[in-house]
Amino acid sequence: MKRVQFSSPLLPYLFLAPQLAVIVIFFYWPSVRAIQSSFYLEDPFGFGSTFVGFDNYIGTLRNPEYLAIARFTAIFTALVTFFSLALGLLLAVKADAVIRGNAAYKTLLISVYAIAPPVAGLIGMMFFDQHIGPFVKIAAFFGWEMKVGLSYFDTAFAMITVAVWKQIPYNFIFFLSGLQGLPASVREAAAIDCRSGIKRFWTVIFPLLAPTAFFLLIINVTYALFDTFGVIDVMVKDKAANNPITLVYKVYMDGFRGNDIGGSSAQSVILMLVVFVLTVLQFRFIERRIHYT
Amino acid sequence: MIKQFSFAAVSLALTATSSLAATNISWWHGMAGRNGEVINEVAQKFNASQTACALTPVSKGTYEEALASGIAAFRSGEQPNILQVFDAGAATIINAKGAVVPAEDLIKEAGYDFDRNAFIEGVRYFYADSDGKFVGMPFNSSAPIMYINDEALKKAGVAAPKTWEEFEAAAPKLKEAGFIPLVQSQLTWEFTENFFSRNNIQFATNNNGYDSVTDTTLKVTDPNLVMMFEKLKSWADEGYFAYYGAGWNDNQKPFEENKVALWIGSSGSFGGLQKTAQMPFSADFLPYWGSIAGAGTNSFIGGAALFAMSGKPAEENKCVADFFQFLTSPEIQKFYHQATGYVAITTAAYELTKSEDYYEKTPAAEVGIKQLMLPSGEWSKGYRLGFYPQIREIMEREYGRIFSGETTVKDAFDTIEREGNELLARFAKTTG
Repeated sequence: MKRVQFSSPLLPYLFLAPQLAVIVIFFYWPSVRAIQSSFYLEDPFGFGSTFVGFDNYIGTLRNPEYLAIARFTAIFTALVTFFSLALGLLLAVKADAVIRGNAAYKTLLISVYAIAPPVAGLIGMMFFDQHIGPFVKIAAFFGWEMKVGLSYFDTAFAMITVAVWKQIPYNFIFFLSGLQGLPASVREAAAIDCRSGIKRFWTVIFPLLAPTAFFLLIINVTYALFDTFGVIDVMVKDKAANNPITLVYKVYMDGFRGNDIGGSSAQSVILMLVVFVLTVLQFRFIERRIHYT
Repeated sequence: MIKQFSFAAVSLALTATSSLAATNISWWHGMAGRNGEVINEVAQKFNASQTACALTPVSKGTYEEALASGIAAFRSGEQPNILQVFDAGAATIINAKGAVVPAEDLIKEAGYDFDRNAFIEGVRYFYADSDGKFVGMPFNSSAPIMYINDEALKKAGVAAPKTWEEFEAAAPKLKEAGFIPLVQSQLTWEFTENFFSRNNIQFATNNNGYDSVTDTTLKVTDPNLVMMFEKLKSWADEGYFAYYGAGWNDNQKPFEENKVALWIGSSGSFGGLQKTAQMPFSADFLPYWGSIAGAGTNSFIGGAALFAMSGKPAEENKCVADFFQFLTSPEIQKFYHQATGYVAITTAAYELTKSEDYYEKTPAAEVGIKQLMLPSGEWSKGYRLGFYPQIREIMEREYGRIFSGETTVKDAFDTIEREGNELLARFAKTTG
């Protein structure tokens, strides 16, 4: 490979500048401001602000409701990540095996990805509507009286279903291209050695897919934590009440709706730390076991 | 030729929208759909009525989003001249001393007279300070009222209840006639805040929060309020009351579908109901408890008010005052009242609408105003509580738990009072 030569040592920094500027302005600057305001108790209009040290953090972490929301967020993230990865992988493996008309299958599966999260939430909400939802009618047929918006469990079920449904196509695309990138010679060699398709999958194909799966794991955890906001907002119809919500929705409720700037800043810093720790853990413990070819 | 024409047209359009001499003022609001269009019409009427000022309304989404945008804009010095703030956010903006110019001062400085008594009773205090001075200019006001499915009552052979005792007596007959006797759309506004005003009971210390933010505490463990929710719960268990969650429309829908006898909604709902209801309906006051001494007082306005933001040049403030004068004129109030269903806020506008026989044709439109005009009591004027949107969220959460059976009424109100008081104490610190 040819080494690229710059005529001036400053030139590479100049090319980097737009990217850096975006990160600094839209990520570092707000983060620093959030950390700063998390130590203050502020009047929303910015007239008075009192330094309160760690009070906002202590208040947040001592609040039993906050802890309940954190617990739900953990369960929600685990379930959404697991099911959207598992179903995406299953569909990809099956679509990969289809020979005739596979373009049609793929297009149909991928097209769901084009739906924006609030629209997905809206569709989901209609599916689960107390008065007209077809899913509610099916559930009633099996003797399950679903009350989305009223029963904590039913709303959680609906939210997870919609969030998973929305994310499957994304995982599908990556798994499918991963599968198609596997060398045919490896598959054929494995087919000679072992008759069981399931065993072949877990011992040969899945380890080869691991880099893709690891990347998707991180993306899906972030999706479940943050990008499901639109789905949740539409499904709780602006009124969380006794319905389950995730931590990021709580930040929004307290900060934007409740105008509690200090408290919501503390919450967002906590969330930032959680994501940071989670990502470090994933890289330390999972990535080590992955071999990139 | 065509080029010249279009150039002329563009320059004409430009001069028409912002004539050079006019002072531009902005108005941020949180209304969408038909109500948002009516705001544009009001602004057009104002701009057409004079040449000195040009008003531009901007929709900022929902009420909450409008307040959040207004706050963010104020902090960066880009605030609009007029900001619409909803009832629950009133304490946030009024307690931020220096964020707004009180509407009354603004109007007086512009050389107009200001008569508080021109406004109807239930409107006068909610956006005013503890001395009664108008800080916000009441704009879109509504009251929680009871909508009645006429067919259902006829079928069951009962009269519309004035009190909850009468409702209790009528409920079994309504149920027998095949209807859900009662639904409502917002437990916080209709069964908490306005429960205190309709039944004339104290909601919070420090004169419901009007006198001071320091050490203000909620009084939601009041035995009467606990009794109201114990009743609602037992009615729900017996099939006399149905609760479909905190969403407004989920609860309104069964009424529209002729499945429900009585629905507690907003005085502003009747316009929409006329299109959606599958049966004839009428309206009456929000019931109260006959057993509570002194109950039956008026309710206070819900909806939102317009606030003149501070830090603006004098000529712009003059324009805002001109607009407020224009807005409260009987003609415009009548137009707004009829176009949206929100109540007229001045007695003159009410009399004007009445003199034109509007209420003969649409009697439901009058119920909200009449309820606001009922005699007021010591505790019927409203409340001024900080971080109130969050306190409402706590109430919504606990009320949901009551009806899903996760908690008892007593525990729910203990939780609301404890968490609410923590928030009030925090709010007191932010203003200190």
